[in-house]
Order: sequence, then structure tokens, then C-alpha cells
Amino acid sequence: MVQILPKAAAPGIEQHDAEAVNDAANRKLYKKREPIYPKLVHGKFRLAKWVFMILALGAYYFIPFLRWDRGGGAPDQAVLVDFEGRRFYFFWIEIWPQEIYFVTGLLILGALAMFLVTALFGRVWCGYACPQTVWTDLFIAVERLFEGDRNARIKLDRAKWSFDKAWRKAGKHAVWLLIAGATGGAWILYFHDAFDVLSHFFTGGSPISAYLFFGILTFTTYTLAGTMREQVCTYMCPWPRIQAAMIDNDALSVTYRWDRGEPRGPHKKNDSWEGRGDCIDCKACVVACPMGIDIRNGSQLECINCALCIDACDDIMKKVGRPTGLIAYDTDINVEKRQAGEKPGFRFVRPRTIVYAVTLALVAAVMLVALGSRSTMDLNVLRDRNPNYVTLSDGSVRNSYTVKIINKTHEPHQYRITVEGDPALHAWLLGQEDGDLVVTVEPDRTTDFRLFAALPQDAIDRASEPLLFRVEDLVSGEVQVTRSVLQTGYDR
Amino acid sequence: MAEHNHKDEVTGVDTTGHEWDGIRELDNPLPRWWLWIFYACVAWSVVYMIFMPALPAPPGFEGFTRGLTGNSERVNVAQQMADLQASRSANFERLQNADFQAIESDPELFRFAIAAGRSAFGDNCATCHGSGGGGAVGYPNLNDDIWLWGGTFEDIRYTLHVGIRSDHPDTRFSQMPAYGRDQLLSQSEIRDVTQYVLQLSDQSFDAAAAGRGAEIFAMQCASCHMEDGTGDQAQGAPNLTDRDWLYGGSAAQIEATIHRGPYGVMPSWEGRLSEPMITALATYVYSLGGGQEDGGDEMGAGGQ
Repeated sequence: MVQILPKAAAPGIEQHDAEAVNDAANRKLYKKREPIYPKLVHGKFRLAKWVFMILALGAYYFIPFLRWDRGGGAPDQAVLVDFEGRRFYFFWIEIWPQEIYFVTGLLILGALAMFLVTALFGRVWCGYACPQTVWTDLFIAVERLFEGDRNARIKLDRAKWSFDKAWRKAGKHAVWLLIAGATGGAWILYFHDAFDVLSHFFTGGSPISAYLFFGILTFTTYTLAGTMREQVCTYMCPWPRIQAAMIDNDALSVTYRWDRGEPRGPHKKNDSWEGRGDCIDCKACVVACPMGIDIRNGSQLECINCALCIDACDDIMKKVGRPTGLIAYDTDINVEKRQAGEKPGFRFVRPRTIVYAVTLALVAAVMLVALGSRSTMDLNVLRDRNPNYVTLSDGSVRNSYTVKIINKTHEPHQYRITVEGDPALHAWLLGQEDGDLVVTVEPDRTTDFRLFAALPQDAIDRASEPLLFRVEDLVSGEVQVTRSVLQTGYDR
Repeated sequence: MAEHNHKDEVTGVDTTGHEWDGIRELDNPLPRWWLWIFYACVAWSVVYMIFMPALPAPPGFEGFTRGLTGNSERVNVAQQMADLQASRSANFERLQNADFQAIESDPELFRFAIAAGRSAFGDNCATCHGSGGGGAVGYPNLNDDIWLWGGTFEDIRYTLHVGIRSDHPDTRFSQMPAYGRDQLLSQSEIRDVTQYVLQLSDQSFDAAAAGRGAEIFAMQCASCHMEDGTGDQAQGAPNLTDRDWLYGGSAAQIEATIHRGPYGVMPSWEGRLSEPMITALATYVYSLGGGQEDGGDEMGAGGQ
């Protein structure tokens, strides 16, 4: 029996018999997906990805349990999307449905931050922070735990079914489902009181929507991170297409420095490095790639810039005694400059990044000011338009208004309504012809009051009399003002 | 028929064997994600048919398969309506015999009554009185402080019960003669009375004609509209001295009104609307702005 030794790329370094299966050139339109078996690498970018994964997942699972005392009958969960109560709570911030523009602002802020980061450092979002990346990374780690690293996994997949294969596969899928379930389970904690949900969820006492979303997110996590993986990024996600507009010649991306690497080829012991490139064609970068591409083919849509190939290549370069950084965060321009013997450089300050940064700062400032000066009361005055005005028996003209006062605090507040306009104006609330215009609004409520305003006949000299509604919070002293008019029907 | 296994030269893909004028259909596979969703839908439809009403009964049988859940949207809607009624029943019960004092002193009940009344108004009253109760020619404006039959809460509620010139035995009733059509007054006499009514309501008038009209007014009109023309709510006779005109306040309009003698009708709502709903409706109309305090003026209590 002859044992076939693996081919060597350099003394002691295996040349992997690997193909970049997801490379655009290898990916026919109707070709069945070829599984990718990423090999574990060690290095600073792998470490960064582990750290980021722990932080991101830790935050995701932990945040629903944070408490924040708001007083009154308000929920004490720090981050809560309360659909039933129609409130969004985020620590000290409390958003009502009509203030959804805060959320819009947040999304704009996120988009601008993404633009800026992409223009500076390329697709770091895809490589480190995207949930698809984080969970896929975790699922691959689980896979590795049960089935071993790349070669063992390939072997296991090709092997006939046996008890060993069965329990490894079953174990992997069981843990995947567990993680997927925990992901879906944590999601619903953001929409109801987390402790409440936990205590009722397993006894069947949670609302049907909780189970529904638990099911949906469990399913999507399991399929997206377990079985679909790189296909999500390559086929489903719009960001790889959008980012083409964000990346210019100066944006960093994971780059194979072909000026240094070519011509590539296996390196034998005692061979000179003169007249050849540093790439020994060991394909360590190809087997490390979770996207199944060959970074040496240049910048490509499939690459999520996770930099695992940098770790893989640096490791090899150390072993063969060449400088690291054959694959690195760099730009194509720099590679061409080096090729031409010019001095490479990075331009982080460019018109594009300046515009992104300034816009980002502006939006952030506007958001901060808006949130900081967010009022605890709101006022809305709706004038009755049917009938537009009412002429009373003494010739005076009356308009009716619905005054909506929103009390966003968690205690009942009293408010004084003042209607300013013509000195002859008389304003009163329904049922309180002579009372002063002081009303009470229950905590966390909007209440309508019917208000009448009338102008005597001899004071009417135009068709529309401007009015100013002023409402003062008698507890906090806050004042809100809104304009309206009194229609008189005057046409002489 | 083309042979089935013909391969397309350009793409190297099998064809289905269908051919139209030399155009062949490629036998490309369906996307797998699409297939899986299709299979899932098929599976789901089977599950659905087991649990939910799905298939009509075969010929000769009545009805349909009811499914294991026995779900029926008709029953669900009926249940939801019943639940809604039940949730409102407490407030409606309190409205049953409530007087205005009781309603007004309870903000929650007051709001409930206005909301229920507004909805009933839109369904039943808006056709004539307008969606905001603004009225139209011949149909009184319910927002102002002018009431033909009284504007206190009890007056309004009573009017809703019995109607005006309706078929209810206790209906509010009065009738102004059609002075012109029935030839009770001559054309010139009607013109004279019109001038006097213009004078009463502070509009420009012909003094000589008005002087003649005053005598006719005292004879024919004052019994209902009162000597000074201020009207009488007990008879539904409008005040002719104010600025409000049910059938228009110009000389021509007043003349036409005297000629034909208006006969405005409002149906009785007793029996058509429930007792609490009539109370809610009265509360709503009262709250439009013209409602008068009980005993606020001597005519306010009149009517019944």
C-alpha cells in the first residue's frame, strides 16, 4: 500500500489541494452549491473576530435583562419595544409613535456611519460586525468542535454513514438548533418584559406572537448561519452591491500584494528567493476563506474582508522566513505604486470622507439636541371645520376646537390653557362656561378637550382672526404654543 | 414533435421538446429556493386542510369539511361583536336612566357618551343635519344657541324620543299655515308682512309696507311668534328677531316661507335607537356647543 504524501509548497508546508469553489469563475449559474470547509487560523484578526463575537453576542443576550427605573407604572426594562403600550424605551429615552423620526434619525446615523467606515476601511462591517458573519462564525466553530478542522470535515462528509458520523452530525445540528433557539428566544425579550417572558415562555403562557417570532428567528438563524452561510452574502444581501459605490481607490480592502507575490510557485529548500515572488502557492489563504474565494484574484464582490486570509498567510510567511503582509489591508493603488517603484501611502482624509464625517457629525448633533430638548408634553389644536363657524343669536361668532394635550411624564399633571387673540375674545371649555381653563391629564396619556372661542359681532373685522394657544404645565412650568385661527365668515 | 433530449447548442441546456416555429423551450431547473418554498406551501396546505375548514362536501352531502379546529370566521366575528358589546355594556347601563348631572360629573362616562353619540349621529342624523351638525336650509344648525324646541339636555333628549311632526303620539307638533298657497293672505299682504319681519330682524326695510305688515303680523303671526317676534319654543315657533334663519333671511326667502308655510319633520327615534343610545346622542348634540343649562332661561325648560 502506497501512502500518498501531500504535495509541499515549501519544506514542511503543505500545498492544499483546494479550489476556490465560490469564485465567480467557478460558479456556474445552475451549479449546485459546493460546501466550503474553512480551516481554523490563528492571528490578530482571528482574535479580533473572537473578541468582537463575544462582545456582540454578549450584548445581544444581556441587554434585555438590564433594568432602568422610570417611576410611575412605566416598565423598568432598559431597552424595550413595547408594541402594546406603543412606546419605545431606551435607557433615559422614551419615544412615542409620533416621534418615530428619532428612529429614522438613528437609521440615517447608522447608514452614514457605515458609509464613512466603508470609505475608510472597506467592508469591515461585513467582516466583523454583521450578524450573518457573527453567527456563521459561531456555527462554524461549533461545526469544528464536533467534526474537526477542514480536512477532518471533508473526510467525514465523504465517509459512509457510521455511528461516529451520525453522532457528530446530530451533535452539531443539536447545538446549532440550541443556539438558534437562544437567538430567537432573546429576540422576543426585547418586546416584552424579559423576566416575565422567561417565566411564562416554557409553560406556554406567552402570547402567540412570542412563539411565532421565536420560531421564525430560530428557523432563520439555523438556516442562514448553518446551511446558507456565504450564499446569503453572495446572493441575498444588497450591501455588496451598494458598497461598490462607497469604495474608491483609496478605501482599504484585503489585498493580495501581487507586486511582491508574483510569480508564485512552490519553494524548495535552498532555492533562492531572487527572481520569484513570495507566494509559495500553498493555498493557505484559500482554505481559510469562509467565502470560498481566492483573494489572489483581486478584490471581488464575494470577499467580506474578514482578513482571515491575512492571518493564514502571515503564519506561512513566518515559517518560510519571509516578511509578513503578503496579504494585508491595502489598496490597489499602493500595489501599483510599489510595482512602479513609487512610495505607497494612505489617504484617509479625502473629500469623500470629509463629507461623510461632517454629515455624520451634523446628524448626530441634531439628534442629540432633539433628544436633549425633547418635551414631556405636547399640544395639538384641531379646529372644527364642519361647521366652519357658528353664528350665535346675538351675532357673535363661535368656533370649536379639539385641544389635545399629551402628558409624557409618569405622574398626572395639570395644565393651564390660554387663548390669545382679540381682546374681546371669550374662550371656555365644554361644560365650564365661566371656569378657568385648567385641565388634568393622566400620566402617559393623550386627552382631548373641547374648547370654544367666540368673538362678539362688533369685534369682527376680518374673515380669519389669528389665535395663539398656549398651554402651561403647572407642575414643570413647560410651555407649548401652537397657532390656530377663528373663522368669522366676515365678507364685507 | 421534436426529440426530447435535444440539447441547445448555445447554452448546452436540455430542451423540453416543446417547439414553436423553431423556438425551443430550455429545460432549465427551477431555482432550489423556489422549489423548497413550493414544497413547503404544498405541505402547509395539507396541514391547513386538516385543521381548518377547507373542502366543500361531495355531491349529495351538505356543508363542508370543518377541520380539527372547527374554526369559523363567522362565529369569531359574532364573538368579537359580543365581546365589544360586553365591554361597552357597563357604560351603556349607566347611561340608561342617567340625567345630565350624572353624565357630566363623570369624565369617563361623559367621553363615552360623546363618542357613542358621535357615531350614532353620523349614522342617523348627519344626512339632514350635516356631519358636524352644521345644519342646512330647513334643517337646524345644532351648534348654535338657537333652539326651536328647547336646548337643554332634557329638551334635546325628549325631541329625539318623540320627533317633530312625526308619527309618534306625543310628537312635538305645530303647523304654520301656507298663507299664500292656501290664499289666506294676498300677495301684497305677504309682501307687507315680509317687510315687517325684516324690520324685526334689524334689516333694511320699507317703512310704509312694514307699517301695514305690523297689523297683519299682530293678527296672523303673533299668536305663535309672539307680539315682539321672539318666538315660542313651546310651539317650535322660531325667534324672528335674531340673525338665524332656518329657511333663509332675505326678503325673497321670507316671502317664500310665508307663502308655503314650512312643515319640517324629524322622525321619532324611540324604538329605533336604544334608550342609552338616545341619551348618548343627546349628550353629543348638547356638547356641540349650543346646549343650554337647565333653567338657564325661562324658555329653556319649555317643550314637554
